[in-house]
Amino acid sequence: MGTPIPMEKIIEKKPYFKYLRLDKMPTIWCPGCGIGQAFRAACMALDELGISNDQVAMVSGIGCSSRTPGYFDGFTLHTTHGRALTFATGLKLSKPELTTLVFTGDGDALAIGGNHFIHAARRNIDLTVVLINNWIYGMTGGQVSPTTPEGAYATTTPYGNYEPQFDIARVAIAAGATYVARGTAYHAMELKKLIMDGIKHKGFALIEVLSPCTIVYGRKNRMSIEEMYFWFKENTIPVKAWEKLPEEKRAGKIPRGVLYHDDSRPEYCEVYWNKVKQLSGGE
Amino acid sequence: MAAKGIVVVKEEWCKGCNICAAVCPTQVLKLDKVRAVMTVAHPEKCIGCKQCEMICPDFCIYVFTPEEYEEIASA
Ligand SMILES: Cc1ncc(C[n+]2csc(CCOP(=O)(O)OP(=O)(O)O)c2C)c(N)n1
Ligand code: SF4
Ligand code: SF4
Ligand code: SF4
Ligand SMILES: [Mg+2]
Repeated sequence: MGTPIPMEKIIEKKPYFKYLRLDKMPTIWCPGCGIGQAFRAACMALDELGISNDQVAMVSGIGCSSRTPGYFDGFTLHTTHGRALTFATGLKLSKPELTTLVFTGDGDALAIGGNHFIHAARRNIDLTVVLINNWIYGMTGGQVSPTTPEGAYATTTPYGNYEPQFDIARVAIAAGATYVARGTAYHAMELKKLIMDGIKHKGFALIEVLSPCTIVYGRKNRMSIEEMYFWFKENTIPVKAWEKLPEEKRAGKIPRGVLYHDDSRPEYCEVYWNKVKQLSGGE
Repeated sequence: MAAKGIVVVKEEWCKGCNICAAVCPTQVLKLDKVRAVMTVAHPEKCIGCKQCEMICPDFCIYVFTPEEYEEIASA
């Protein structure tokens, strides 16, 4: 059909399109890359929560996943490799009223930025972190990352990866994150809900998104775009069902959904500004 | 049977990844391999489930109800 419908008409029916910088589209991402899925889920979540374009900031580091703010029509900050969370911490402390999303990658957040990651989680600062876990350094051509599965091929593991894999959710929980969830690029509506709940949560919210790096990881590991998406469908299970599985049946399966949620810990900006108030005599 | 959904592809943004066609339960969509863009090969079979729209990573396939489509196409 291909009827050219004017974009304004499409926005009328799909209100989350108001967060896209239409003049920057199409995106730079490779065909089938899952980052677009996570981006859409975030836009839909913001729309459903009624957060307007001038009430939200998106911060990122460096990597394919970190290109997301370039397509986002809100306040945006594209920073240096591994430092998305440090810039976001500064922004959130000075402007706590802004909903602050962070888009980052497995390399950006856990390799070069691993230290910032654990400390942002420890402080329980009110950020919503969408961590695109595509198991590789996509942007730089496919080097091994802290989340590359054992045995998988990367340009720097020509004989298969022999290092153990980070479990992002467990790292985040151990470090002090108070909302930890996992979704996939295949499960679009579920991912939207997970991001929505992450935005609503007052504290450090981490949403790990299992996302296909179709061109670099896919080619290295001989998986087609479709195989990668269907892999997520077949190998992830809702966490409630996963919990009921006997130990031996859990092998190789990944739970998705809300993995941890704790509303009891104070949020960092509140603690900070209360302290400032107290020290300055209650002003 | 009349289509329950009207599918529109914004070709300028489509990268021909084929994932929308792979999830469509009724084989409405077919990839044009020469131009690497998705085409609506069997519009009459569409059940309006929106799975194609929801999986497209490039914001470029849209499903409307026949009423919605009528409204925007006639405007
Ligand atoms: C200080 C510094 N070191 C290294 C790089 C090179 N570099 C750019 S992106 C990247 C890895 C990105 O991996 P990830 O965060 O997983 O993002 P992806 O591209 O996979 O989405 C690296 C090492 C850089 N830009 N800056
Ligand atoms: S290299 Fe991988 S992560 Fe980067 S845009 Fe391409 S598919 Fe996506
Ligand atoms: S709405 Fe459903 S049936 Fe119609 S083209 Fe899309 S996936 Fe196929
Ligand atoms: S999913 Fe989107 S980008 Fe991929 S072929 Fe379908 S319409 Fe084109
Ligand atoms: Mg990566």
